[in-house]
Amino acid sequence: MSYLFYLLAALTVAGALAALMLKNTVHCALVLTVAFAGLAMLFLNLDAQFAGIAQLLVYVGAVAILVVIAILLTKGSETSKDEVFSRSWLVGLVIAAAVFAVLSWAVIGSIRVLPHEMAVPDVTVVQIGDALVDRYVLPLEIVAVLLTAAMIGAVIVARHEKEEKR
Amino acid sequence: MLDPEEITGSFTHCGPSCDYLLLITAVPMIAAGVIALLKQPYRKTASTLAIGALSFSLLLSIIAFTGVVLDWTHGIVTRIVFNFTWFRIGASNVDLGWVLDPLSAVMLVMVCFVGLLIFVYSTGYMKEDENYTRFFCFMSLFAGAMLGVVIANSTLLLFMCWELVGLTSYLLIGFWYQKPEAAAAAKKAFLTTRIGDVLFLLGIVWLFAQTGTLLFYNNGAGSIEAVALAGLLNQHAAWGLTAAGAIGLLIFAGAAGKSGQFPLHVWLPDAMEGPTPVSALIHAATMVAAGVYLIARVYPLMQAGATQGGTTAALTVVTWVGAFTAVFAALIAVAQNDIKRTLAYSTVSQLGYMMAGLGMGGVAVGMFHLITHAFFKALLFLGAGSVIHGCHGEQDVRRMGGLKSDMPLTFLTYGIGMLALCGFPIIFSGFWSKDGIMEAAEHWSVTKAPFYMLIIGALLTAFYMTRQLAYIYYGHWRGGKPAHESPAVMTVPLVILAFFTMALGLIGTPAWPWFRAFLDGRSTNFELHRVIEPGLFVLMIVSTSVVVAGLILGWRIYGDRSPKATEPDALEKTMPRAWSWLRDRLYVDELYGKTVIAFYQWWARVADWLDRRVFGGAVTGVARSFGLWARLNRFLDANVVDGSFDKGCDELAVGGGLLARVQTGRVQTYLRILALAVLALAAILIWSSRA
Amino acid sequence: MTPLAGYLLIAALIFSIGLAGALTRRNAILVLIGIELMLNAANLNLIAFWRYGPHPELLTGMIFAIFSIAVAAAEAAVGLGLVIHIHRHAHTTDLDQMNRMKG
Repeated sequence: MSYLFYLLAALTVAGALAALMLKNTVHCALVLTVAFAGLAMLFLNLDAQFAGIAQLLVYVGAVAILVVIAILLTKGSETSKDEVFSRSWLVGLVIAAAVFAVLSWAVIGSIRVLPHEMAVPDVTVVQIGDALVDRYVLPLEIVAVLLTAAMIGAVIVARHEKEEKR
Repeated sequence: MLDPEEITGSFTHCGPSCDYLLLITAVPMIAAGVIALLKQPYRKTASTLAIGALSFSLLLSIIAFTGVVLDWTHGIVTRIVFNFTWFRIGASNVDLGWVLDPLSAVMLVMVCFVGLLIFVYSTGYMKEDENYTRFFCFMSLFAGAMLGVVIANSTLLLFMCWELVGLTSYLLIGFWYQKPEAAAAAKKAFLTTRIGDVLFLLGIVWLFAQTGTLLFYNNGAGSIEAVALAGLLNQHAAWGLTAAGAIGLLIFAGAAGKSGQFPLHVWLPDAMEGPTPVSALIHAATMVAAGVYLIARVYPLMQAGATQGGTTAALTVVTWVGAFTAVFAALIAVAQNDIKRTLAYSTVSQLGYMMAGLGMGGVAVGMFHLITHAFFKALLFLGAGSVIHGCHGEQDVRRMGGLKSDMPLTFLTYGIGMLALCGFPIIFSGFWSKDGIMEAAEHWSVTKAPFYMLIIGALLTAFYMTRQLAYIYYGHWRGGKPAHESPAVMTVPLVILAFFTMALGLIGTPAWPWFRAFLDGRSTNFELHRVIEPGLFVLMIVSTSVVVAGLILGWRIYGDRSPKATEPDALEKTMPRAWSWLRDRLYVDELYGKTVIAFYQWWARVADWLDRRVFGGAVTGVARSFGLWARLNRFLDANVVDGSFDKGCDELAVGGGLLARVQTGRVQTYLRILALAVLALAAILIWSSRA
Repeated sequence: MTPLAGYLLIAALIFSIGLAGALTRRNAILVLIGIELMLNAANLNLIAFWRYGPHPELLTGMIFAIFSIAVAAAEAAVGLGLVIHIHRHAHTTDLDQMNRMKG
């Protein structure tokens, strides 16, 4: 394994950890961006350039910003007087640890059968574009509709209601 | 005219005879029914209907009687019978039927005639009474029923009409039911005659069972015709009697109840609580005579088995009871102060004479006295009614007196009746009828004791009637307002009855014994020398002297004296204890009260106790147990069923509450559970794929 | 350790961290952040399997990941809109206090 991989992995994991352990919510959102970026670079390391750039564009550029805006809109920037972790945080932690245990057990238990090195796939954007409108045209259209619906839905859900009281 | 056929068969037209007889009974009954529907103000209509119906019956009776007499002159003994089957029970027929023969023809005419006169009299006597309409309804019903008894050829029809007569007697005795004495007297009459009627019914049923038919005369198959009687004589009942004798005695028990023989006489004097026309018609002339008529009707049965010149056990009993009653009642009559009560005991006594006559001398002897007695007793009662009416309701003879000048017509007719009753010779029918009985008694095969008893009875009769006459008509007036003569509508019947009282003697003298011959079916002619036949003549002298002795004795003691009401009676002064016994009616009522009635009351108390404690207790117990059961059920239902159900529901609620705690409402809890579940699933998948 | 295994482990780690965060943090937005991390970890898994799996020329994994990104973005938008909406009513984003659906 290359050093790059370990570095990127460490970055991402650190960012993820920080995103969920910091007290200040805005700091969480910002560190999340770092995690997203790390993941994007991992994608790039995996020769999935399109996916990595898409990750950067969408997640870092839109989702993270969205999260920050949401935090600011919900007054999350103020430090809460209560605990940041819920009362039964240990249970959640245990469950998460169990999940990790099971997953890693699956991975490590099947290391023998996993492939080693594979040739770098030759992927061009043209191929992706072709694939999108050829084989995966249906999901594409559906995702388009979904995005539209989500957009409209989000607007409706989040808008101010006029004249609540009659 | 009428052919002597015996017709049996279905109810189709069989000739005028059948229609006549039925109408005689039915028309007064229908009139009674119509009157019952009238309202009280229709008085004239009511009395007109009743009198009209009875006149119609009288007309038909006379026609029937004439027919029978004409047949008799041709030497034919009429016995026209009409029978029909009412219905069948099992294998036996229940038949009804009526008969026209000399006996019933004579009785029909007498009942209708005397009844009609009394009806006319009643229109005057009951004028001030507000229940006029009801009176005539009951009287008409009574007339119809009595006529039914007379013509009945079937024991069933006889018994039905017998009971109806008893019912109307009850209704009429208790006519003024607001008076407690009247209501009590009516009840007493009904119950006493009931005792007789029960035995009567037993006799009838036994007769029906033995002979298989309800009809008296039925072309030789009737229950008192030769074949049936022979059968009855072969049957033996208890105490050495044959079935014929036993049935005869049972039937006599019924007759004794209705005719007031000892010991069932107690109701007759009390029955005087009814209006006087009722006393005249029912308790002098007709209903009480029904008992005598009954014995006459079933005479073949009573006489069955008698050897020539001898007599049967049944007839012996009849004679003794009759003779005893004659003397017994005459004794009591001596000490009575109420007009009607004296006459009532006199009736009882004369009925005893009639029974004795039947027992010793046969049908004709008893029936002749019945006919003559009907007329002069009715006359006496109506006369008493006239006296009561004239004295403004006074009935105690000690408060009357001197009426011979105030009420001359009443006095005259009353005197005629009184002499007939005593048996004063020659011109009064009572003499001839009583003499017939005496003659039969003198020649009775068993013993001469009844003869002497009847002689004593005649003496007493003359004595007490003289006493009564002296108290009422002689001496001076001891009452309140002065008396007045009664109106014509009341005195005219008296005159007519007086006439017949004297005229009827003609048909019964030994010179021309028409009545006896008529009833027996023989022919006869007028022969004056028969009157002075030695035995008969001596008897006539003896009875005349007895009567005269009684009259003189009575006059000597009572005469013109008119003692005040508060003074003791003249005879009482001489024998006070005997007098009080007689006045208190020889304590027969008190005896009954102490024995029969006391027993009955005790029994009623026992029955009441049984009913309330035992049966009522049982019913209450069952009811209480039901209540207990219900309460148990309610307890079970409320506590066990409901309780268990409620508890179950509560547990469910608790369980539900517990389960609901899973829904914390917090998203993160759900997420955790979700994660756990997926984890488990993944683990299973991974683990299974590895293996 | 094969590269694929390494990537898978990292993905698993990120997934667990995201899950832990979603299960333990009080703030609703941080729960959404945890969910986003979980989605990203899944994407990483997809890309890793595409790179080291058979037939990468079919682009199945890549396309899948791209669509996943798109859908995740839509979901983030709607979710955050919801959180804003809830915040307007309850004046809080504390998940421990939002238990009105409690049974």
